[in-house]
Amino acid sequence: MEQNKENMMVAALENGSVIDHIPTDKLFTIVQLLDLEKFKEEVVIANNLKSQVMGKKGLIKIAGKFFSEAEISKLAVVCPNIRLTVIKDYEVKEKREVTLPEELTNIVKCANPVCITNNEPMKTVFYRKDKETLKCRYCGKEQNLKDIKLK
Amino acid sequence: MFDEDNQAGCSLFYKIIRTFVRFFEDRNNKDIKYMENRSIVSIANYGKEKIQYLLNMAAEFEAHPNRQLLKGKVVATLFFEPSTRTRLSFETAANRLGARVIGFTDPKVTSSSKGETLKDTIKMVSNYADVIVMRHKLEGAALYASEVTNVPIINAGDGSNLHPSQTMLDLYSIYKTQGTLENLNIYMVGDLKYGRTVHSLLMSMRKYNPTFHFIAPKELEMPEEYKLYCKQNNIKYIEQQDFTEDTIADADILYMTRVQRERFTDLMEYERVKDAYILKADMLGKCKENMKILHPLPRVNEIEYDVDESKHAYYFEQAQNGLYAREALICDVLGITLEDIKNDKTIIG
Repeated sequence: MEQNKENMMVAALENGSVIDHIPTDKLFTIVQLLDLEKFKEEVVIANNLKSQVMGKKGLIKIAGKFFSEAEISKLAVVCPNIRLTVIKDYEVKEKREVTLPEELTNIVKCANPVCITNNEPMKTVFYRKDKETLKCRYCGKEQNLKDIKLK
Repeated sequence: MFDEDNQAGCSLFYKIIRTFVRFFEDRNNKDIKYMENRSIVSIANYGKEKIQYLLNMAAEFEAHPNRQLLKGKVVATLFFEPSTRTRLSFETAANRLGARVIGFTDPKVTSSSKGETLKDTIKMVSNYADVIVMRHKLEGAALYASEVTNVPIINAGDGSNLHPSQTMLDLYSIYKTQGTLENLNIYMVGDLKYGRTVHSLLMSMRKYNPTFHFIAPKELEMPEEYKLYCKQNNIKYIEQQDFTEDTIADADILYMTRVQRERFTDLMEYERVKDAYILKADMLGKCKENMKILHPLPRVNEIEYDVDESKHAYYFEQAQNGLYAREALICDVLGITLEDIKNDKTIIG
């Protein structure tokens, strides 16, 4: 029943995106990250929905919003393994697991205060070392995803 | 058999072909994501072949350090952070090869102090110089500089990150004194936590099957990330805190570093260990015949002056090797090959 309702909620979207499989403690981080407070179109934010895989999960449905690759990368850093669904004319056009990319350009801020990227107007570049660690291209310092600050 | 005119003709033909090849290489390089040039930001990933190539080049320069190979070239030395020793070594290398040198030794007198970005300074100097040697207090500065210009950059130290020319001269000193880089017992002593030179040397030796001995006080021991690096690369290492005649008896290279007071959070600990890592002449009785003592300099009290008289002392020669290593690095980034250097007709004296 819960599942049906959720499906209806997604299906009701004419054009837009659905972010699914959000860990419940990350939902409002994503709301903040996407600056949804200022969004003028229809936004549905749901939390603690039942999930077979996760137990409980969060979900965000945004009308008229299609994410750029940079935005998707940001989402992946904050919350790896969420699912993104793109809907056009009431139909699911794309469904993908958002995973941490190999390389992140200008998404993450380096935690090293003496890294050149924190002292020069330039883009940061980070490489994915493993599923929890990023490495700064410039100073070489590694950071755990838990401690990441976005630019 | 060529006469001299023929040889010159062949050499000219060879240079024209090479120019064409480089032109097309450069065009291809522009397609790749980051601007690639012949910069030397790090040598940590150099293979054995490239290291040997640069060592051979340095040996050529040691045989004949004074040349006009870089006549008409301008070398810029941009020292955003003062470092007299490294700057003098690079400037001497450039001068001895016939280049002219421009630059600054103190960023306070440059536009950096007015808020100019590193990018703008590098772009501006790129209009004047054929190669830029730079030292900067910020980590990653040299890599970034190499991305914003086509002029090759040589990293003369970027914060506590990298210092490839020091590593190159260390490798050259080891190679010269031991006749090989393979299978050596390298003892690193003192500040292994913050010592940039020991970290770089460790990484550069990974393909030569070394056995490292890390001798340091607890507070300044080799960081976990480098021990992990050793494990991942099958590099043997032994950690110890005792520094005695017996513990260094098996060393081929004794790499001394300075234990600095300001590195300690616990000054009681500093007082306890400050004299424990001083090398004295009477500790050299049992050491191997071929053992050499290296030190990146400046030293304070970690090597007593009576050690200077020992045949094992090599730190001043090591600094001199820096000149030849830097001559090699400058030529390499300018596309001058070992073959060019061997066939060089501009040798003076």
